[in-house]
Parts: sequence; C-alpha cells; structure tokens
Amino acid sequence: MRIGVVTFPGTLDDRDALRAVRIAGGEPVALWHGEDDLQGVEAVVLPGGFSYGDYLRAGAISGFAPVMEKVVDAAKGGMPVLGICNGFQILCETHLLPGAMIKNAHRAFLCRDQPLAVENTRTAWTSGYEAGQVIRIPLKNQDGQYVADERTLAELEGEGRVVFRYTAGATHGPAGFEANPNGSRHDIAGITNAAGNVVGLMPHPEHAVEAGFGPDQPGEGTRSGTDGLAMFTSVLRSLVG
Amino acid sequence: MPRVVVHVMPKPEILDPQGKAVAAALPRLGFEGIASVRQGKRFELEVEGEVTEQVLASLREAAETLLSNPVIEDVVSIEVEDGAAGEAQA
Repeated sequence: MRIGVVTFPGTLDDRDALRAVRIAGGEPVALWHGEDDLQGVEAVVLPGGFSYGDYLRAGAISGFAPVMEKVVDAAKGGMPVLGICNGFQILCETHLLPGAMIKNAHRAFLCRDQPLAVENTRTAWTSGYEAGQVIRIPLKNQDGQYVADERTLAELEGEGRVVFRYTAGATHGPAGFEANPNGSRHDIAGITNAAGNVVGLMPHPEHAVEAGFGPDQPGEGTRSGTDGLAMFTSVLRSLVG
Repeated sequence: MPRVVVHVMPKPEILDPQGKAVAAALPRLGFEGIASVRQGKRFELEVEGEVTEQVLASLREAAETLLSNPVIEDVVSIEVEDGAAGEAQA
C-alpha cells in the first residue's frame, strides 16, 4: 500500500511522516513539490514545517506547487489526503478544507503534548479510534489559530465534520490557553471535508507512533505515547476495505 | 514602468495578533494615545506595458487568489501609480 509524503522547500516533518507510514505497515513514497507526479500512491500526507518560508501566508505558495494540482484533483476524486500542521494550512489555502489559520491568539510559538478528543471516526484517517476517545500527541506551531465564519462553523458542527477538538490536560501553556492552545474557534484542532477522505489537523500524529520516541503518556512512562499511529493504520485499512 | 499597488488587510472581524503586539509595544516606547493597531500588507507590482482595464482585471484576480486569502483578508485597494511621474517628483 503506497502512501506518498510531499516535501516542499522548508518542510520539516517529512521524514517522520514517512517513518510513521512504514511503522503502520505501509510503503512510504517520497513526493517532490516540483513534480506533478503522484507515482501511483493511494493516499497522500502533507507534512508539517514552514514550506516556502511561510512567506505571504502559511501554506499559501505551496497550494500552487505543481504536485498540489495532482493532489487536489486526486482528493476531489476520493483519494485519502492528510494535512498535518503546515499541511493543514495548505489544505485550507487550496480550499480542500474550509477556514484558515492565523497566528496564535497569545502570539507565541507553543510546543507541548496536547490532548485531543476524537469526535469523528468515520473518516479515512480516524476509523481506528473510538468516538469520544481522548488521544495525546505533540503540538508545535505559531500560526495555529483556526478561524472560519459563523456559517462555516455551523456547517462543520452540524455535519459532524469537527474530527479533533482540543481538550484539557496539556503539559503546560500560557494562562488562559490550558485546553485550547491557540484560540481556535470552537476549540477545533482538526476537520474533514464532506466526503471524509480529506483530514487536516494542527497537532502531529506522526511524532507519536513508536514507544520510546513519542510524547509522555501519563501513567505509562516517558516517551511512551503512540496515539498517532492509528491515523496511519486507519488509512491503510480504509484502502484495503 | 507603471506600478500597481495592492493593499491587503485582515478582515475587521478577524483578531489581528500582529497588530495587537505592535499596539502593546507602542506605549512602552512612550507613544501614547494609540487606541489600536491593525497590520496589513502592501504589494508593489511593476507592470510591463500599459495598465489597461484587462491588465487591471487580471491583477485584481491575482490579488484575490494569491495575494490575499478571502477567508481572513480583504483586498482594500488596487491603485495604479505612474512610474515616470514618480521619478519626476523624486
């Protein structure tokens, strides 16, 4: 099962995303932003980082990269696409997902282990979770505040398209941001499109896939967290089914 | 060469964290009496040839697709500056 991971200039987390695909049991395929070729992959991950230096707006220039024309077409045709952090920003800039990300309301870069409630387990990327399950994965960003107009927010809520919501129990953070790390509307951490094949989220599941290298899981020990792995095993199962 | 200047601002209903940071720094430097700051972007586009209505329409489209994100920003103005006149004044 070939899963592509796109590298843009300034991408940081492509290697971890490729590794997550491998640990989940898939065949990771590195894709290059400048080539309009998806190399026969069956799903695509847009990883985190600061593509094109975040110039103009986070994700804005990447949205027009040659590979993205193919990703957008494939996503509209039903191919599973996951955008993590900068990848989520790119999905918003290409309008595969509604809304946009602006600077964190407290104006600082924030890195912490972040609990999320999984609210939609019908997507290609979240079928391996239980509805209502709280997972803990790393979060690290400066432009993480999800915004959308009231009509869009009502639509997302009404159609159950909020996939992940920030919830209490993070390691640390500025006063007033104990649960919601950045001021995102409705505590939204991740959303999906109407079809459920495209998912974007700000926190990083690819950094929580192998015991010994993940976030600290309370009660289970240092770096024990592997709550991100189910996103990658979910998509492999959705492709088989 | 004529220049087209595009101004982009965060939508009024969108919180502007950058503007807030600037507003908070001003009184520390002794600049009092500024109630709020909003920070936007100015783009200067040098155009080859004449700025016809058709060219302007295409620049307007560029402003609304790449230079701004309509979800969070407004294109508040697109102005044509005459490069030759600008140089004459300088």
